Amino acid sequence: MSANYTEFHPRWYRPRMPVFWWVGRRSYLVFVLRELSSVFVAWSVVFLLLLVHAVSQGGAAYQRFLNLSSNPWMLALNVVALAFVVFHAITWFNLAPQAMVVRLRGKRVPRSVIASAHYAGWALLSALTAWLILG
Amino acid sequence: MAKRRVEPLLWLLFSSGGLAAALLLPVLLLLFGLVIPAGWVSAPGQAHLLSVARFPLTRIVLLGLFVLALFHWAHRFRYTLYDGLQLKHLSTLIIVGCYGGALAGSVIAGYLLLPGL
Repeated sequence: MSANYTEFHPRWYRPRMPVFWWVGRRSYLVFVLRELSSVFVAWSVVFLLLLVHAVSQGGAAYQRFLNLSSNPWMLALNVVALAFVVFHAITWFNLAPQAMVVRLRGKRVPRSVIASAHYAGWALLSALTAWLILG
Repeated sequence: MAKRRVEPLLWLLFSSGGLAAALLLPVLLLLFGLVIPAGWVSAPGQAHLLSVARFPLTRIVLLGLFVLALFHWAHRFRYTLYDGLQLKHLSTLIIVGCYGGALAGSVIAGYLLLPGL
């Protein structure tokens, strides 16, 4: 047996991954799009902070915010953002039963119950928010 | 080992931010991003929105939502950059940018919602 020892670190077997490895397969693409939803979560926060600031500054500033939000580019951006945020919400609620193990009297609460509770909470909070804002 | 201690906290912020964002952002963005600007309902008045926003519970809920959602973004986007674009070698820069951005946004949100309103 002759081993070739070198004073250098050996080269590991490391297959090169193309940067856009997730484009080719649908499930990979959906995974990366789901991860990208966080960008639109952050955008939503920025947009709502602009709203809060405008509302605190008075009627004229609020009107400027309304004009900005009805700009076609802004409207298009927010429609895309809305799609991503809803995608985030659905994937999040569908994963919740896997992350939460709730036991009642020693029995595991079924997954469907946990998921439904999340969807019910979502509907309730959305209705309450809409009522507070528009009512 | 400081990293080990802070990672569970970041994950906790990520997951609670994910839940808060999922529960509240769709309806807020639907109303202010689409329904109101498209004119499907008449825009609520500034005085009404101000009184709703000034209600103490609204301030707390909005501040909690904004801070948690920003840290949710920071944590998730950090790993999106690592995996989606293979930028693990820039991890220090990414960590500073992501959590620093979330921290800066949280300070602005705190200012706008507490003394600024």
